[in-house]
Amino acid sequence: MDVWSSLMDGFATALTPMNLLYAVIGVLLGTAVGVLPGLGPAMTVALLLPVTQVLEPTSAFIMFAGIYYGGMYGGSTTSILLNTPGESSSVITAIEGNKMAKAGRAAQALATAAIGSFVAGTIGTALLAMFAPIVVQFAVSLGSPSYFAIMVLALLAVTAVLGSSRLRGFSALGLGLAIGLVGAGSGQARLTFGIPLLTDGIDIVVVAVAIFALGEALWVAAHLRRTPLHAIPVGQPWMGKSDWKRSWKPWLRGTAFGFPFGALPAGGAEIPTFLSYVTEKRLSKHPEEFGHGAIEGVAGPEAANNASAAGTLTPMLALGLPTNATAAVMLAAFTGYGIQPGPQLFASQGPLVWALIASLFIGNFLLLIINLPLAPLWAKLLQLPRPYLYAGILFFATLGAYSVNLQAFDLVLLLVFGALGFMMRRFGLPVLPLILGVILGPRLEDQLRKALKLSGGDPLGPNGLFGEPIAVVVYIIVAIILVWPLLFKLYRRARPAAVSMPATSMPATRSGASEPQEAGGAVSHGSHRADGNPGGDGGDGDG
Amino acid sequence: MSSIASGLKGRAELGVALLLGVVGVVVFLDTSRLAITYSQTDPVGPKTLPYLVSGLLIVCAVLLAIDVLRGGQGEAEGGEDVDLTHPADWKTVLPLAGAFIANILLIDWAGWVISGTILFWGSAWALGSRHYVRDGIISVALSVLTFYGFYLGLGIHLPAGVLKGIL
Repeated sequence: MDVWSSLMDGFATALTPMNLLYAVIGVLLGTAVGVLPGLGPAMTVALLLPVTQVLEPTSAFIMFAGIYYGGMYGGSTTSILLNTPGESSSVITAIEGNKMAKAGRAAQALATAAIGSFVAGTIGTALLAMFAPIVVQFAVSLGSPSYFAIMVLALLAVTAVLGSSRLRGFSALGLGLAIGLVGAGSGQARLTFGIPLLTDGIDIVVVAVAIFALGEALWVAAHLRRTPLHAIPVGQPWMGKSDWKRSWKPWLRGTAFGFPFGALPAGGAEIPTFLSYVTEKRLSKHPEEFGHGAIEGVAGPEAANNASAAGTLTPMLALGLPTNATAAVMLAAFTGYGIQPGPQLFASQGPLVWALIASLFIGNFLLLIINLPLAPLWAKLLQLPRPYLYAGILFFATLGAYSVNLQAFDLVLLLVFGALGFMMRRFGLPVLPLILGVILGPRLEDQLRKALKLSGGDPLGPNGLFGEPIAVVVYIIVAIILVWPLLFKLYRRARPAAVSMPATSMPATRSGASEPQEAGGAVSHGSHRADGNPGGDGGDGDG
Repeated sequence: MSSIASGLKGRAELGVALLLGVVGVVVFLDTSRLAITYSQTDPVGPKTLPYLVSGLLIVCAVLLAIDVLRGGQGEAEGGEDVDLTHPADWKTVLPLAGAFIANILLIDWAGWVISGTILFWGSAWALGSRHYVRDGIISVALSVLTFYGFYLGLGIHLPAGVLKGIL
């Protein structure tokens, strides 16, 4: 029908030779960079933002689509061959994947990850194409009060639900909002300190590159492993008949977990990958293999990971709300082209959006045919000497940030925010709330202004912030998210025996350090970097 | 980790609380000097959001300070190449920052090819590479390639600096 013909138009755009070339470049770059230790998909997109500003928007987004899925797949390759997940979303994949690799089944682990990613990515993208227009239909009927409420929800959910400490999440959010205030966007010069170069605000590209690339490179440099990890060599990935038999159901179940969680604000990939792992362990005919390299434990979580990546794009495209770091940076790219994200996007930029969705399908397919034969090559990338890798990140980060405005001043900002990124990694402040604060802060203010203009400046009036039923519902959800940990704490205090915890860690619970819903995902600094040892992240699932 | 080291770590995190507090106060002071121009078209005004943000930052600063004093700790972030068992290695980070600052100072005057070469070579050296010649060749090659790549491929003219006329 309508969706179908739009999608076909999208394919027609995406399949022109030039755009197909961009898709291939995107997939190759995304995978290569995703495989490289220390580089996640968000950082890849951030580094390439300046370069793509000179491309046509359609071509740029086709490339981003490739980078997005490529980065995901590359990350899982790293976690299987190195046993240290590069992204929080591949923590679970690493548990069984690396055990399989150590047992000489790296080829099968990579194959089930690649094919599972393809299956989940394709189904997820199809669901995206189906649901996004429905969400848009619903969203265009919303007024500013509801839209404002939904933006508040997205910000608070990402801040309060993801990450191990809510307090540190809110600290990062505050810093991000403060950075977003800089400039004269509101009609008054705010936080410019008399520096004319700050009048236009701080370029989001500079902030993103600084926090993701520079902060990360400095952080790794400070703690560089003396002896690099040993990567397990691998040949051409392939699967036997029994591997297929054991993989296909986990792929589908993982997809079912991943997509809805990805589509929710703050759903993320950690929870669905964990749920998928636990489910596969329970349903498996070979539960004894779990912990020693069960293929279901790779197939399910990897599918969940990719389906959630597709799910994330639903609120991003339909509502203009990014819920993970990569989507946030892609949204920054939209604004860089002067494209207004939000429910009107499908109407105003229909061909662009559908070309993006079509190239997600194409990128997924390209990933499958490119990555299966190239896996041994990707594995070789893991041997890149670390001085060159991190010097290269610094080099390209500098180049990217400088080329936006050709101002050395931007490099000063880059260094300042890079230092901030370093500090945040050092003290466990999550990166995602900061980036979302920078991006959504100004739009939040804009929406608030629109809403109050309609109500004549009365926030509580009949046309005010609570004037629409949807807005009220959303605020109730916000309240539940905020109050939930307190209730949980009271419950636990009432039954201290239920959870035995060392006395010293009690103050830490104040900041939500150990809520059970977070224990599984364990992590998620928005930069897609994982903490800790995957084996210790509740992956044993003995509960 | 020894108790002394963890004590130090606890105190270091107070710096984060301090930073949050300072930013909060700066936002507050900056906002309070704005002249209000109330108008029907902008009932929110330029002050509302900054005040909220400064409030959030100051509250977070206080709570974080309390949390740290009560023994709370942020988890340092891990990663493939990250080894958290040894403390931060400032002998790597400071020269790295030095190479970066050298690039900032040199880029407009000496041009990207020279400053970029210094940036890459210096960073690789700071990170422990001791193949001086190979590093040099890679640095020059990267800088020259990106210069021409941006010039020809993207139409972005990076500064040529003192090499103007040669490049």
